[in-house]
Amino acid sequence: MQVKIPVTVDPGFHVNSNHPSEDYLIPLKLTWTSLGALEGGQVAYPTPTMEKYAFADKPLSVFSGSFALTASFQVAPNAAAGPGVAAGKLKYQACNSNTCYPPKTADVNVAYQVQ
Amino acid sequence: MALGLFAGCGAPVAVKAASVKPEKERKTAPDFTLKDMDGKVVHLSDYRGKVVILDFWATWCGPCRIEIPWFMDIQRKNKDRGFEVLGVAMDDEGWEVVKPFLTDLGVNYRVMIGDDVTSQMYGGVDALPTTFLIDKSGKIAAVHVGLASRKDFEDGVEQLLQAPARVAPAGGGEPVAALGAK
Repeated sequence: MQVKIPVTVDPGFHVNSNHPSEDYLIPLKLTWTSLGALEGGQVAYPTPTMEKYAFADKPLSVFSGSFALTASFQVAPNAAAGPGVAAGKLKYQACNSNTCYPPKTADVNVAYQVQ
Repeated sequence: MALGLFAGCGAPVAVKAASVKPEKERKTAPDFTLKDMDGKVVHLSDYRGKVVILDFWATWCGPCRIEIPWFMDIQRKNKDRGFEVLGVAMDDEGWEVVKPFLTDLGVNYRVMIGDDVTSQMYGGVDALPTTFLIDKSGKIAAVHVGLASRKDFEDGVEQLLQAPARVAPAGGGEPVAALGAK
């Protein structure tokens, strides 16, 4: 089963992609902390855009606007029927054209029902 | 508009008149206690009588990386004129990431690891880079939030170096949150 996790970056800002162009940049990364009755949780990131900013010599691999991460799960073989939540943390670091903000973490919760 | 100011002997250096705030509008820069790469304690008040660029930055901040070589150059040119750059690195990982960066780049001024207390004293400093230009009296003459221009820094430093010193008694200063950006 695949779950889309929508992400929106405020207008004028961008976050580094999951594979930033420079070693020093902090990547976007979703990490699951608790899967409950699910297994897997592999995350597919969309194709980043390459944007040129005044503070970098080369274009940077970034996400901006609205996009979605896709997480893939399987139901654990011994899962009991009932509701559950897969919980994760999305670490991101945002900048605009001339300013950067400290890395932050957003909670991600995926509610599910095992039948 | 450019304004020619005369600094003792030598040719006048043209600086932008609007680079720094008028003296009466300046607030005292809060004093802080941080440690540099050698573990030595650094107080801002140690630099009273000098013009100081106080730069809050981080290794993961692209715009900060643009400005740091400018500060190195300004430090090199003005170190003997009563000027110092002080860097405050806001990396959560501390010296583990900051020290290699400073060594690789050959940073020629003192850098300390920042903390929440210092950050709050300077209005939170969430956006990086945030750079304070501090006059010889220990007052904040300009604030640049985000990537500024090299000329803004050079003009501001020159303007403050050419101004006569009016050293006020050392004090703790007050939070500068109300100053806002620029």
